[in-house]
Amino acid sequence: MLKIKTPKTQRAKRALDNRAPKIVENAKKTLILHGTKTSGVVNAVLMQIYHMKRDNAVKYTKKNENIRPFESGGETSLEFFSLKTDCSLFVFGSHSKKRPNNLVLGRMFDHHIYDLVEVGVDNFKSTETFGYDKKLTPRIGSKPFFAFIGEGFESVEELKQLKEVLLDLFRGEVVENLNLAGIDHVFVCTAVSPTTVFFTHCALRLKKSGTLVPRMELVEVGPSMDLVIRRHRLPNDSVKKEATKTTSDQLKKKIKNVSSDIVQGKIGRIYIPDQKAGSIPLSNDIKGLKRERREAKKSKRAQETGENEAKKQKTCSDDHKLIGN
Amino acid sequence: MESEKFQVDLGNLMAFDPAHHFESIPSSREELTKACLEKGTELVQAIANVLFALPSTEDRDGPIVRLPQPTTKLPREKHFPKPKPPTKWELFAKTKGIKPRKKGKRAFDEQTGAWKRLHGYDRVNDDKDIPIIEAKLTDEPGEDPFSKRKAEKKKRVEKQEKNRLGNLKQAAKAGALPSHIQLAATALPITGTRTDVPRKSSKEELENVAGMAATATASGGKFDRKLSGEKPLKHAGKHRKFLPVVEGKGMSSQEQKQTAKILEQLMSRSSNDILDVKKAVTIFNVKKEKKRKMEKDRERSSTASKLKPKKQSLKKSSKKH
Repeated sequence: MLKIKTPKTQRAKRALDNRAPKIVENAKKTLILHGTKTSGVVNAVLMQIYHMKRDNAVKYTKKNENIRPFESGGETSLEFFSLKTDCSLFVFGSHSKKRPNNLVLGRMFDHHIYDLVEVGVDNFKSTETFGYDKKLTPRIGSKPFFAFIGEGFESVEELKQLKEVLLDLFRGEVVENLNLAGIDHVFVCTAVSPTTVFFTHCALRLKKSGTLVPRMELVEVGPSMDLVIRRHRLPNDSVKKEATKTTSDQLKKKIKNVSSDIVQGKIGRIYIPDQKAGSIPLSNDIKGLKRERREAKKSKRAQETGENEAKKQKTCSDDHKLIGN
Repeated sequence: MESEKFQVDLGNLMAFDPAHHFESIPSSREELTKACLEKGTELVQAIANVLFALPSTEDRDGPIVRLPQPTTKLPREKHFPKPKPPTKWELFAKTKGIKPRKKGKRAFDEQTGAWKRLHGYDRVNDDKDIPIIEAKLTDEPGEDPFSKRKAEKKKRVEKQEKNRLGNLKQAAKAGALPSHIQLAATALPITGTRTDVPRKSSKEELENVAGMAATATASGGKFDRKLSGEKPLKHAGKHRKFLPVVEGKGMSSQEQKQTAKILEQLMSRSSNDILDVKKAVTIFNVKKEKKRKMEKDRERSSTASKLKPKKQSLKKSSKKH
C-alpha cells in the first residue's frame, strides 16, 4: 500500500540531502517578498537588501494578498514558500495607511514561524544618494562587521530581538578562516530611543598606522534608515529550547588512523610516501679504492657533475695498475 | 578608549557597546550620523585590534586568520537529525551477538571457475550460469527446477522489500526517515483500518467535501455568500429523479421498468443458485423485446426529419463566379 520513492539521479539525491536537517547547517537563505500594496520606499529597501545578499536570497515579484504574518491563518503561504525555496529568514514589505513603509522581518524553525519583528522605515536614504569613492564598494559575499550601540539593545526586549534578527539576516556564512584583506563593510545600529534604531551601512577603509593593526575609517555607503519598532512576536519556549540546542564538539571530530587494542593499547597507523629506490643517485664515496684514489675520484666526480660533463669510462689498464700497487 | 569595555563576539565580527546612551538626541540628522559613525569607528577599531592580534597564515590573497566560534547563540534553522531506530535485522543481530563480517571485493565462482564480483553484472552464483540441475529423489516429475529457482528468488526479494518497507515505516514513525526517501500511499486504506502515512487530501477531494458541506444548510447552500475563487457546485440541482405522473404516448412504461430493475436485483441477490440459465435467457429475451418495442414506438412517433435523408437542392445557385 505504501511505495518507497527514491530520487532517480545522484544530482537529485544530493539536492535532497543538502536540504535535510544536518548537525552543521548551511547558511540561512532569505526570502524577500511584498504584500498587496507597497510604496516606493519599501520597494527600494527590499531591492537594496536583495542586492546586499545576492548569493543567498530569493526575491519574489508578485503581490501576495493572503500573507499576514501576524494573523493566525495568514502564515501558511509563507511557510509553503519557505519550504519550497529552503529559506529560513524572510523580509515582507507592505504599505498601508495605518502602517506606512512596513517591514516584517521573520525567522523560521523547521519551516514554521519562529519569531517576527515588525518595523517601520523612516528617513530612508538609498545607496545611490551617497557619494563615495567607487573603489571602496563592498564586494558581495564579504563578511561584514557589526557595531551595536546603545543600552537599549540589552534592556528593551524588542530591541534585543531586533539585534538578533539583524545579526542573523546580514551575517552571511559562519566561516572558520577569514582573509584579513577582504574586510569591506560594517553595519552600524544605534538605539536612539527604546523604539527607534538608526541603521546604516558603511564601507571600511584600512589606513596605515604605526602598529600591525590598521586604522579603521568608516565611509557611509549603503542604505541608511530609521527603524521604528511596531509589533513583535517572541518564539514559544519549547520551540526556543529546541532551536537553541547544541551538541558537544566531540561528535563532530572523527580521529582517523588511531585504533585501540586490548593487548597492545592505542595503535596508530603511519603512511609513508613511496621511496623510489631506483632513481636515488649513487654516493660519490667508493669504498673499494684506496684513500687517495677515492678522494681524487670523489672530487673529480663532483667537478664533473658540477660542470655537466660526460663521465669518462675507466679503462681496464688503470685497474691493473691499481691491483699491481 | 580602554575604559569602555565593549562586548566583542569575534566569530560574528560583532561589537556591542552596552554603556552608551544619548543624553540628548542630536537635533539634526547630520549630527546624529556623525555621532553614530564616530562611535561605530571606535567599536570597529576594537574588533580589529583583537582580530589582527590573532595568529595569521600567509596566503597568496592575503593573511588568513582562524576565527573562533561565535558566542552569540542564534537559533538553528532546522531540528537536529534524529537517530535512526535499529532495523529488525540489527535488533536480531544484537540479541544473538552476530557481528558484521567483512567480505572481499571478489569471490570465486564454482560454476565458471573464475573470480567474479559479488553483485551486479557478471556476478558470482548467477542463475543463468547454471547449465544442469541434478534431480533429487524428492523432486516431483513435471516440475521445472529452473523456474522454481526463479520463483524462490522472487519470493526472497519480495520478502526483503517488505522488511525494508517495515523498517522505513518505523523510522518514519520516529521522525528519522532518510532525507532522500519518501513514503507515498498508492491506494486508499480500507475503511476502519489505520493509515500509516497521513493521507494528503487532494484538491478534488477537498472541493467535493466543501461542496457537500455547503449544501448541508437549510436552503441547500443556494443563498450562501461564496468566497472568491470558489467554484460552483458540480451536481447542482436535483439529485433524485421522480417519474412523471402521466406518461406520454411515445414512452414505454418507465414505472414498469423501474420496478422490474429493482425486482431483478433482489432476485439475483437472494438466489443461491450459481446461474439459472433458463432464467437468464428469458430475462435477456424480455429485455431485448422491450428495447425493440421502444425503438419502434420512437420511430413511429417521431415527426422530425432527422432520420430522413437530406434533400439535395437541384437548383443551380444564382451566384456565378
